[in-house]
Amino acid sequence: MRILVCIKQVPGTAKVDVDEKTGVLKRDTAETKMNPFDLFAIEEGLKIREKYGGNVDVLTMGPSQAEAVLVEAVWMGADRGILLSDRNFAGADVAATSYTIVQGIRKMGDYDLIICGKQTTDGDTAQTGPEAAEFLQIEHISNVLEIERKEGGRLVVLENQDDCVRKLEIPLPCLITVEKNANTPRLPSLKRALTEKQIEIIKLELRDLPDTDTNHYGLTGSPTQVERIFPPEKKETKQMFEGNAGQIAAKFKEILTEQKFV
Amino acid sequence: MMRKHMDAGHIEYLRSLVEPERIQVGNEISEDYSHDELGGVKSSPEVLIQAASEQEISRIMKYAYVEKIPVVVRGAGTGLVGASVAVCGGIMLETTAMNRILELDEENMTVTVEPGVLLMELSQYVEERGFFYPPDPGEKSATIGGNISTNAGGMRAVKYGVTRDFVRGLTVVLPNGEIETMGGKIVKNSSGYDLKDLIIGSEGTLAVITKAVLKLLPLPEKSVSLLIPYNSVGEAVHAVPEILKLKGNPAAIEFMEKEVISFAEDYLGKRFPDTASPAYLLLTYDGNSKIQIEEECRKTAGYCLEHGARDVLLIDTDERKESVWSARGAFLEAIKASTTEMDECDVVVPRDKVEEFILHVHKLAHEFRIRIPGFGHAGDGNLHIYICRDELGEEEWNTKCSGIFKKMYKKADELGGAVSGEHGIGYAKKTYFKEQAGENMIRLMRGIKRVFDPDGILNPGKVIDDAQ
Repeated sequence: MRILVCIKQVPGTAKVDVDEKTGVLKRDTAETKMNPFDLFAIEEGLKIREKYGGNVDVLTMGPSQAEAVLVEAVWMGADRGILLSDRNFAGADVAATSYTIVQGIRKMGDYDLIICGKQTTDGDTAQTGPEAAEFLQIEHISNVLEIERKEGGRLVVLENQDDCVRKLEIPLPCLITVEKNANTPRLPSLKRALTEKQIEIIKLELRDLPDTDTNHYGLTGSPTQVERIFPPEKKETKQMFEGNAGQIAAKFKEILTEQKFV
Repeated sequence: MMRKHMDAGHIEYLRSLVEPERIQVGNEISEDYSHDELGGVKSSPEVLIQAASEQEISRIMKYAYVEKIPVVVRGAGTGLVGASVAVCGGIMLETTAMNRILELDEENMTVTVEPGVLLMELSQYVEERGFFYPPDPGEKSATIGGNISTNAGGMRAVKYGVTRDFVRGLTVVLPNGEIETMGGKIVKNSSGYDLKDLIIGSEGTLAVITKAVLKLLPLPEKSVSLLIPYNSVGEAVHAVPEILKLKGNPAAIEFMEKEVISFAEDYLGKRFPDTASPAYLLLTYDGNSKIQIEEECRKTAGYCLEHGARDVLLIDTDERKESVWSARGAFLEAIKASTTEMDECDVVVPRDKVEEFILHVHKLAHEFRIRIPGFGHAGDGNLHIYICRDELGEEEWNTKCSGIFKKMYKKADELGGAVSGEHGIGYAKKTYFKEQAGENMIRLMRGIKRVFDPDGILNPGKVIDDAQ
């Protein structure tokens, strides 16, 4: 099976302040790490490879330093890394990011299974994976707890619905996003780091992609225009609702209606 | 020691000293106060007082001293050798309500605390302010008073030392009720006998600790751990002295066996990142230079891979640390949950003898046909070994336990070790300690005890005291 895991490099600390005047993210240090959610995606990919054979590629889009997370994924057990890096990709929103990733995927050929983390700790949208699947026009499932088995050209997966778990079948090729704590990600191996032959990282720039129109990438290619970034107002008061999803949703609707938001 | 049951007059007087909600008598006292974490030693105090201040403790001690009433001090009750159990009844002073952090002195790099501050509260408080209190015993909900009383060690002892190395000063209430300060914020002190160091590790037998001045270090900016799988526990611990010879100065070197890891997995309900190997070493390097730490890790990894390690796995992010260290932190509870009853051995041997000792324990497990899982601080030679009762009947359990303990402590002695590395002697290990220390040492210790506490009212029946 050809498996691709999409990963991202994120700030090393969860604490990111926003400069209220400029709207720029203030990062305390230059420390970065792999998006913690992606560790579960990589682990799921490696487990599938162990069971059904094949190979696991990892792909990321970002500045040249993002190569570090690809190397780390290879230390964890991935076969090779693909780095999408080009000045034109900068400032991309979710749509432009997933479009760029899909261009990278098209360049690399057909994958049977594409795995993403549920979301990132910096962007937090949880949309890049599903949007990429839409661009690729393949089936996709989010919040996957486990790939139970492969049956012919289909996967049987468990999907977390918070109050229940659904068992779903999905035809290959497909894309899944993996739930947090779905597994225990293996640790990077320094044995691989120190003794493996040259780690293979494929670098792709705009000119290498099927679509080379700069208008489709980065800030220019982003339908979302950010007006202002500001830290959320800190409020002392809060209301907690308890109950199942249905009860909480009903309560929420009541309040929204009351406040005339809907 | 005169065991004296308390009468209505005693209780009435004590009630006049403290508010009603802070004093319990007889059956009002929860069963929890009759034992510590391991639960092998059981006895209830006659009166339980949640102490609120140094002055109050002083008043209680003055009274107990005159009336010759036994007094036992208890922190969070996380001890493992019965040191905080009121084996002679009397008054129990619980210090958990005295839990204020009194001062952070940034110029002298000290923090002054009351005895009931929990270890986890202390480390969080100082770390948020860029400081570091290195002693790191597994039990984070223990009080600092208890840590000082047992001279607790923990996982970072290999680089930073033990609790004793971080106590600059103590204020104590003596058995006669007098308040005395020993040491202080001073870094050096060559003035007479160091009584502070006598109090540390005395398991509540010499004085009641009411305040401690602790030394702090700047918080290291970075730490990286390595999980190193081996084909056997012998091979794993054999590597430790060699790793230390690389002069990388690791902050922690722990060893663990697959069986214990699987108990922790069951106990926590989550998987450990690697369980394919029979034994593991877990090392930590910390410091302020990323480059230096990476260099140390690389050097260690290179050495280990050339000398029998199956791999060297990197633990460099908060998520990875959590996945490994949360399991390590749960080992004691996990082993406890795997059996019906257990007894523990906390020996310490020179670190080049750890391998020999562990192999000896494996042999004993085989000989006595009993489960003896263990783990420990390979970097400082302190091992935690647990004899598990499982389905054994009372008599057979007791016979096997005492047979194994005798052999284990004898072996530790032969190897130049000691009965306890960090849990203390308390009540449970008295016999073994007496045997190992010898007559002269016990005579000196009893002499010291008599000077502090001529009537033996403070924590009777512990460490060197035969009272039952």
